[in-house]
Amino acid sequence: MRLQITGLLAAASLLSLSACGPCPEDCVNVAGQGGLIPSDVAAAAAESPCVAGSQADFVQNVGDRVFFDFDRPTLRPEGIDTLQRQAAWLQTYTNYAVTINGHCDKRGTVEYNLALGERRATKAKDQLVAAGINPARIKIVSYGKNRPIVEQDGSEWAYQQNRVAITVLD
Amino acid sequence: MIKNLLFTFLTVLGLTLNAHANLQINVTEGTFKPVPIAITPFDGGGDPQLAQAAQEITQVITNDLQSCGLFKIVDPAAYIQSAKDVMAQPRFADWKILHAEALVGGLLRRQGGNLQIDFRLFDVFTETQLAGLSLGSEPTNWRRVGHKIADEIYEKITGDKGCFDTRVVYIAESGSEMNRKYRLAIMDQDGANHQFLSSGNSMVLTPRLSPCRTKIAYLDFGKNNKQPNLQLFDLQTGQSSSLGAIQGLKMTPRFSNDGSHLILSIADKGVTSLYTMDLGSKNLQRLTTSAGAIDVSPCYSHDGTKIVYSSDRGGKPQLYVKDVNGGEGERISFSQGLYHNPVWSPRGDLIAFTRQNGGTFYIGVMRPDGSGERMLDSGYLLEGPTWSPNGREIMYTYQPHSKSKSILASVDIVGFNKRNVNIPGEGSYPTW
Repeated sequence: MRLQITGLLAAASLLSLSACGPCPEDCVNVAGQGGLIPSDVAAAAAESPCVAGSQADFVQNVGDRVFFDFDRPTLRPEGIDTLQRQAAWLQTYTNYAVTINGHCDKRGTVEYNLALGERRATKAKDQLVAAGINPARIKIVSYGKNRPIVEQDGSEWAYQQNRVAITVLD
Repeated sequence: MIKNLLFTFLTVLGLTLNAHANLQINVTEGTFKPVPIAITPFDGGGDPQLAQAAQEITQVITNDLQSCGLFKIVDPAAYIQSAKDVMAQPRFADWKILHAEALVGGLLRRQGGNLQIDFRLFDVFTETQLAGLSLGSEPTNWRRVGHKIADEIYEKITGDKGCFDTRVVYIAESGSEMNRKYRLAIMDQDGANHQFLSSGNSMVLTPRLSPCRTKIAYLDFGKNNKQPNLQLFDLQTGQSSSLGAIQGLKMTPRFSNDGSHLILSIADKGVTSLYTMDLGSKNLQRLTTSAGAIDVSPCYSHDGTKIVYSSDRGGKPQLYVKDVNGGEGERISFSQGLYHNPVWSPRGDLIAFTRQNGGTFYIGVMRPDGSGERMLDSGYLLEGPTWSPNGREIMYTYQPHSKSKSILASVDIVGFNKRNVNIPGEGSYPTW
């Protein structure tokens, strides 16, 4: 009986390791496509409590994204909190550089939204820099409305998910 | 003889005629009578190969003139003379009975290894020849021959240059919203000879043709879509080259009228400003410095003295016009909503734009001083207007409903003859 329990524990911890193992790589791959797909990230995060300092740790425990109101570049209070946590994390794990991807919902023009995405990503960057992160560690790319994060079915929630600046570990 | 279609501002189209003419076209909003034209099937002289080419050229001319909305093709079943007879001597009295006001005929023959095409255009009522052309062409080039003849007919009857022998560059799109592929593509204005110019491995946006239609400036997101940069595609060599890496996101390029430089916007540190870039030296010159603002989508006036652009320096994106040599720029858009993508007409008389108000997008035009604003089309998502080279039509991204595909559409500037452009899949941001 006792042996069995030990055996189960061992198996559980092995599972946990193997689930966590590919996690950072998965996330980096997704990030490499220009944005994180929330369902994938959520699935990866749910499978395992990832190792500290990994991409999954950053996404799950810190929060990789800050949201904006329609046609506005201003950070919300919860966004500022998220960026403070990101700054603290990046001060701990100094080996990472990041790219902040700016996105917009599709109810706008390609051209204006490229500029708006840059402005949103810059707001996030400025906050990280103000919190002590070296600006040389932070790149910015704006995708405007052309690389959405979630499919926009017309719901306000979907639009909201796409008015976002996402910090991706390089 | 038939001359000059004149547009007055209130969407009235008049056909001015000389003393002999008794042909009249009037367009007022919604009511318009196209010119009835008879296009006799071109004659290949009994040579099967020539007969085939003759049939295809006739079809191209017919499609061109029908699609532009200014002509009505008289039913060929009623024709009382062949092209050969028309070329020799039209029986005008008989054509008048068919209510044909213009009459076209053409003959094909061989000239060495090439085609020789003779064509004539007649005004039936004045019983005069309006045009006569002899065109030489390689046998494979019959589509362009047809377009050139259609251009000649269009110009002689309307007074405007025809745009049938022109090409359109646009962004061909495919795939779902979440997995979208963007490719640079080019085609004849009627959709023929469609060709992809980029692989789709990287996202490409906002293409613009140079004034000579030999180069395309566009935004390419590069390897892994992480390095957006302006590129210049050379249609003669098929090669694309980078326009230099500098700090900031360079975007919305547009050529100067002489093709020597670009006007563009650069987004950097949260501010988007207008610049010019010399295409020789790649040197940049900054034109606007509005603190915290987005100045984007600049376009030169037809004479190169002014710039129209969209700016949110007053809070929301609106249209502004400024002198090339300086000045703050004056706002010209004042109706409700947001204004984007201004494009100056090649005639100089109008600026086309995208307007966004509530849940609806509009393609519209206004005079350069902001007066006379009119909407030409509206729907779920319309944007990115481009002018036909003669300033008569506007082409744009067209998604009428949330569930419909994004395609290209065009409309005459008086708001009639709206039609979908023939592209193989989805598309956006045409440049004509």
